[in-house]
Amino acid sequence: MSAPEVSTGSTSVKVGKAWYVTEHKIRAMRGYAGTLVATAIGTPFLYLFAFGVGLATLITQNVGPGGVTYLQFVAPALLASAALLVAQEEYTFGILLGLKWNPTYVAMNSAPITPRQIVDGIMLFVLIRMVITSVIYFAVMVLFGAITSVWGVLVIVAGLLAGFAFAPVAAYAATIEEDRGQFAILQRTIILPLTLFSGTVFPLTQLPVYLQWIGWISPLWHASELGRQFSYGPTEPIWLTVIHVLYLVGLGVLGWQLCVRNVARRLNK
Amino acid sequence: MPDSVITATSLTKKYKDFAAVDGISFEVAPGESFGLLGPNGAGKSTTMRMVGAVSTRTSGDLTILGLDPNEHGPEIRSQLGVVPQADNLDTELRVRDNLLVYGRYFGLPRAAIAKRADELLDFAQLTEKAKAKVDDLSGGMKRRLTIARALINDPRILLLDEPTTGLDPQARHILWDRLFRLKEQGTTLVLTTHYMDEAEQLCDRLVVVDKGQIMAEGSPAALIREHSSKEVLEVRFGSDKNEGAAAKLVGLGRLEVLPDRILVYSENGEAALVEVVKRGLEPITSLVRRSSLEDVFLRLTGRTLIE
Ligand SMILES: Nc1ncnc2c1ncn2[C@@H]1O[C@H](COP(=O)(O)OP(=O)(O)OP(=O)(O)O)[C@@H](O)[C@H]1O
Ligand SMILES: [Mg+2]
Repeated sequence: MSAPEVSTGSTSVKVGKAWYVTEHKIRAMRGYAGTLVATAIGTPFLYLFAFGVGLATLITQNVGPGGVTYLQFVAPALLASAALLVAQEEYTFGILLGLKWNPTYVAMNSAPITPRQIVDGIMLFVLIRMVITSVIYFAVMVLFGAITSVWGVLVIVAGLLAGFAFAPVAAYAATIEEDRGQFAILQRTIILPLTLFSGTVFPLTQLPVYLQWIGWISPLWHASELGRQFSYGPTEPIWLTVIHVLYLVGLGVLGWQLCVRNVARRLNK
Repeated sequence: MPDSVITATSLTKKYKDFAAVDGISFEVAPGESFGLLGPNGAGKSTTMRMVGAVSTRTSGDLTILGLDPNEHGPEIRSQLGVVPQADNLDTELRVRDNLLVYGRYFGLPRAAIAKRADELLDFAQLTEKAKAKVDDLSGGMKRRLTIARALINDPRILLLDEPTTGLDPQARHILWDRLFRLKEQGTTLVLTTHYMDEAEQLCDRLVVVDKGQIMAEGSPAALIREHSSKEVLEVRFGSDKNEGAAAKLVGLGRLEVLPDRILVYSENGEAALVEVVKRGLEPITSLVRRSSLEDVFLRLTGRTLIE
């Protein structure tokens, strides 16, 4: 067998190597793909039925602009929550798995893979997982009549941005040396409030003013509102829509880069 | 040695103020089998991580295959095989899949990896286990799989951090046999161990390290010749009587009084034993053996290798 090719350091080679990490993760995912797909299909049916058919009959108050049903209102937020859940799982346990419990990142790093390539590959993998979940969610939404315009397909993009915006969680996970239930604390003190007060199942404006700020910093609120603009909007000035995108992308990129830095520190012992 | 594949000069790694590796210098020639022998905490793994181009040195110089790991980490790593102290096989993948994904990291084409993976499974005597889960392998099998994985890119240097620690004697011998074959094929081996028999079996040349520093360097035979006598007489008198007996053994050769026994370093162990009895001492047990690297270590550091 000939000597392996030496990395040239060019961008294309780097992207290629990150893909090997993604490929590795996909291969490992095959072992539990059945469960993932079953969850990805079952969840939208459950939630859209509960909210759209069940709860909707109790909600008479107007939630959106004229003619928007409750189902149409909640659906983009539910999709974003589902994508977010996938990201959250990978950004917490997924990262710690690779660094500690089943230290595949250490093994990749002793091959010619850099910490940046590892993190890039993981981010791409999480994106792929979110795409699978979101596309299935979207299909079920169409089935329930929650999408009325072709632009509605962009709800998927809003969902992906919701998950991506949680990348700072991955950066934090990469600093955890010992698991002392930090993820549970994070979930209870930060993620849960951010999702509860984020205008998912009722408009943020219906919350008391002193709680509304939580929505403004919540990626889920920005992503839900963004999805609504695509689904049945516009319901807000365009500058606000631009802010949603910038906020979500900004948080994601920030978390991603911090994660690269933290993983690099962690692997360089 | 201008053509050496590894050159370390005053290589140092500090964790805060603590020097885990404290200015060590060595060279490894192509095809050589080089060992780092030392007790727990000597700095062996830290050295291996620096040579493996994943850990940045604090100071000193290091060149691997002519390249500085600070500048060319990935290029260097593409030509290394690494067997870390703790196995890091992917337990979510099956045995053969572990080789397949790892081969991709070297940019090798799938078909070539598949062929190579089957050869390596055969080499590691794991062909039957190709589809098994990693967790279902024995410790020795996992170690062999890790070695097979490290060979997927046909490396120029194979780094082995305590390849056989925790294995039973039979598993160790199987592993030694595999490593011998690699050595015969011309692979440069760098290994750490705290087993003197392993060092004697596998290393052409070794350094004895303790507390981050090199205590001695040479071939196993030369080290023994230089730092120990030809034979060693081991006598036991019972734990509280050893000290007293030692006083009466003065003059027989260099003495090491250990908690459980006394070592008498002599060119002729049998003759020394006759003399011990002549002096009116009655050891509970006695044993004459050849000097080993363990004795070299004891001489150099005043401590045994495995506490
Ligand atoms: N990441 C780290 N942070 C702080 N100290 C460290 C770190 N890694 C190693 N050390 C310390 O450096 C010293 C050398 O450790 P190293 O793992 O290199 O020893 P070793 O010779 O491989 O020992 P063993 O035979 O137990 O594997 C030890 O005292 C260890 O505690
Ligand atoms: Mg070690």
